[in-house]
Amino acid sequence: MRDEDPVVLPDDESYGDEVQVDYPGYRSTRWRAPKRPLVPLPERLRDLAGPVFGEDALEPADNDLTRQHEGEPLGERIIVSGRVLDEDGRPVRGALVEVWQANAAGRYRHDVDRHPAPLDPNFSGAGRCLTDDEGRYRFTTIKPGAYPWGNHDNAWRPAHIHFSLFGRLFTQRLVTQMYFPGDPLLAHDPIFHAVRNPKARELLIARFDPETTEPEWALGYTWDIVLGRGGPGTTVFEETR
Amino acid sequence: MSRPRTPSQTVGPYYAIGLSRRPQNVLDPDGIELSGRLLDGRGEPIDDGMVELWDAEGRRFGRCGTDGEGRFRFRVPRDCAVLEALVFARGLLRHQRTRVYLRPPDGDDDLLAALSPAERETLLARPEGDGLVFDIRMQGERATVFFGH
Ligand SMILES: [Fe+2]
Repeated sequence: MRDEDPVVLPDDESYGDEVQVDYPGYRSTRWRAPKRPLVPLPERLRDLAGPVFGEDALEPADNDLTRQHEGEPLGERIIVSGRVLDEDGRPVRGALVEVWQANAAGRYRHDVDRHPAPLDPNFSGAGRCLTDDEGRYRFTTIKPGAYPWGNHDNAWRPAHIHFSLFGRLFTQRLVTQMYFPGDPLLAHDPIFHAVRNPKARELLIARFDPETTEPEWALGYTWDIVLGRGGPGTTVFEETR
Repeated sequence: MSRPRTPSQTVGPYYAIGLSRRPQNVLDPDGIELSGRLLDGRGEPIDDGMVELWDAEGRRFGRCGTDGEGRFRFRVPRDCAVLEALVFARGLLRHQRTRVYLRPPDGDDDLLAALSPAERETLLARPEGDGLVFDIRMQGERATVFFGH
């Protein structure tokens, strides 16, 4: 990237809840983001069913990332929970929710991660669960640390948890990231800002939740996830939430 | 009225930590091998991407990370004519959707009919040896056709 290219572009509400796929501040988009306009799908292919996962997809401690090893991981214990809804506000039941994250020091248990921060022998950083009848999911984990990356000079990712979701429909497949409220790094992060509409960006930030905070045990964060139905541009972004 | 959707964000380079467990790349143990390479706009392999395949009924699903050559490998049902495919990678802020035709369609296919011959070509797997080959090009002259979600 040339120096004059800003890492963070100004807000643009016209993007609605869509991310700008060719956002220049995130350098890896350059040779990877498709350049031609997407071809619209015929009606009959828009509502294909997605795969259904059952309890057999889960193993014990899958939803508690602090209990997957002999000892407990270091870091700030947190509970992340929320509801998975469709655009009409209906719960998405039985959705497979998968998460992965860095440890408290900002290091992933992955060969490619060369950040000189310690690995935690008691933390793998992966979890999964199925939503219940009200669309609820819940994980116990530790708060991930921020970490440096090579996108630009002195680039740091804000703390985040990666989420992957399978809804009922093929079009409801979603991979995204959850951020934490008040993180000063958000203002400088091109991946976060590739969502150009500030109201849509807010949807990626969990809220601290005294209700799900457990006394003498763990801080609670709540984050609801809304899965789509139609194609890009077919939904109207609303002011209200 | 409808709620705004949660925006997409990239899987990043470390998705394998969370997404390398079951289900894996076998949609049908008795199926045919489908392999291919995921390539960027310079023709370079994307070695940290992931491909997901689904059949139209949502009964059979598989996913596979790409290796150092950008290669992915599946075992897919022989009785399927076409599979839905999703591509995930660092640098893709949203996954991209395409289709893999395991054989040329028998009759008219409204989706293929709307494309140019060169575009159509990008969606057809080609037989090679005992299996099928399907490369995915994110950009360029022979870029794979991607569909609106
Ligand atoms: Fe990350």
